[in-house]
Amino acid sequence: MDARPDRRQFLRVAAGAAAGSVLLTVVPARATPAATLEAIRQVTGSAPVQPGKVSLTLPPLSENGNSVPLEIRVDSPMTEAAHVKSIHVFTEKNPQPNVVDVHLGPRAGRAVVATRIRLADSQTVTAIAALSDGTFWSASVGVVVTIAACAEEL
Amino acid sequence: MAAAALGLAGAALAADAPAPDRRSGYEFMSRETRAMQDDETANPGLLWVREGEGLWRVKVGAAGAACADCHGEARTSMKGVAARYPAFDAAHGGPITIEQRINQCRVERQKAPALAYESAELLALTAYVARQSRGLPIDVGADPRLARALETGRALYHRRQGQLDLACAQCHDQYWGRKLAGNTIPQGHPTGYPVYRLEWQHLGSLQRRLRNCLTGIRAEAFPYGSPELVQLELFLMWRARGMPVEAPGVRP
Amino acid sequence: MAKGMLNVPARAARGAVIEIKSMILHPMETGYRRTQLGAAIPRDIIRRVVCTYNGTEVFRADLHPAIAANPYLVFPTVATESGTIAITWTGDNGFSVTESAAIAVE
Repeated sequence: MDARPDRRQFLRVAAGAAAGSVLLTVVPARATPAATLEAIRQVTGSAPVQPGKVSLTLPPLSENGNSVPLEIRVDSPMTEAAHVKSIHVFTEKNPQPNVVDVHLGPRAGRAVVATRIRLADSQTVTAIAALSDGTFWSASVGVVVTIAACAEEL
Repeated sequence: MAAAALGLAGAALAADAPAPDRRSGYEFMSRETRAMQDDETANPGLLWVREGEGLWRVKVGAAGAACADCHGEARTSMKGVAARYPAFDAAHGGPITIEQRINQCRVERQKAPALAYESAELLALTAYVARQSRGLPIDVGADPRLARALETGRALYHRRQGQLDLACAQCHDQYWGRKLAGNTIPQGHPTGYPVYRLEWQHLGSLQRRLRNCLTGIRAEAFPYGSPELVQLELFLMWRARGMPVEAPGVRP
Repeated sequence: MAKGMLNVPARAARGAVIEIKSMILHPMETGYRRTQLGAAIPRDIIRRVVCTYNGTEVFRADLHPAIAANPYLVFPTVATESGTIAITWTGDNGFSVTESAAIAVE
């Protein structure tokens, strides 16, 4: 899924032709896998993160990385006794790993949130839900991005 | 019909009669982007429409006049207006765009300075006015007084230019539906303007988009408000006649 | 003129989960872009979105530069009582906007 640098560079120049802007081939700083893991650890501590309960929806192919719709649903009764406390979204190849941290609670009634995010490259997006019982659950989705965000030159 | 009234020019224009498979850029977008345009609570263009709604009532200029003072409720007075622009203006002796008409009102009637192209206020007012034509069919170019400008616009559309030596017609008449750097080439109908373009992360005018295209083919982009851009706009709207206005549209 | 959009149903049944839709005009400048001369454009983003229901916080989101321009956020809340639902966006350079809407809960 990872495009070779020369193809990505071609796409960037061609995208510049299509978009009508002059894109310089300067690659921005990007989050390393270690930085993403550290960002996740800031939320989860040493607790394990299990896949499940979280449903993350993103289009598999994004028309423009500047605006990619995202929806997260977590399977939870959202009662005082059992609810989602927070949901955290991470990317692996944006300049920094954090996207959004959402704080819910029983007043939400349902654990659903939707927004639009930026993706700098084709990559995997991860959502982690922190439940009131102290457990962490996650889901990941891969998105192909053909026109990148974050690297635009004016 | 317009073609009969235009004589020789009409024969050339008839060649650009709307093809049966004319499609708005909307149809080339992903499901998600279409949903973004359709949902008034999710379409960012509506943020500018709301700004325009506010500006409509603000008294400006030496005349201390608001748009509302002359035009009343935009919902009624502006209905169908954007669908008819560019329109003939006697003072200009030729076509003017909605932006130029708004500025004409600003300068001559409100006695206020003209608003800069792509400024927040001009975009807001244009978006608000255009929104009042949403769903209505584009109805531009039948005015015989616009014949010459229309022919010039058509010639520009077919003219090879820029370092890439491309004409609008090549991509948008011949190669629509095919891919250019990950995006599908649309037919180039200006049904959604002013448009929220994801690439811009902002609302923008048709002239901004045309300038993007011209830069893209490595041609010198005509300045905002230039006769060339107005003529192109006129031709493109004529070419899209009958198609519903989608303003404010969302496009990649 | 209101810079933010807040969509809340005008009325709801007590206990029903309603959907709150919000959107605001803001460039969400990431801080990663550069001018053609190479100068960095400083970050200017909305950092926090807080929703209150008759004064009680019912939702909070911390935004990072990866949230798209003109941030759009949709989230649920339980219609507990009639009153005012308010949303406040705060961010860099002292950005602060509040919008509110009335809800009738029967």
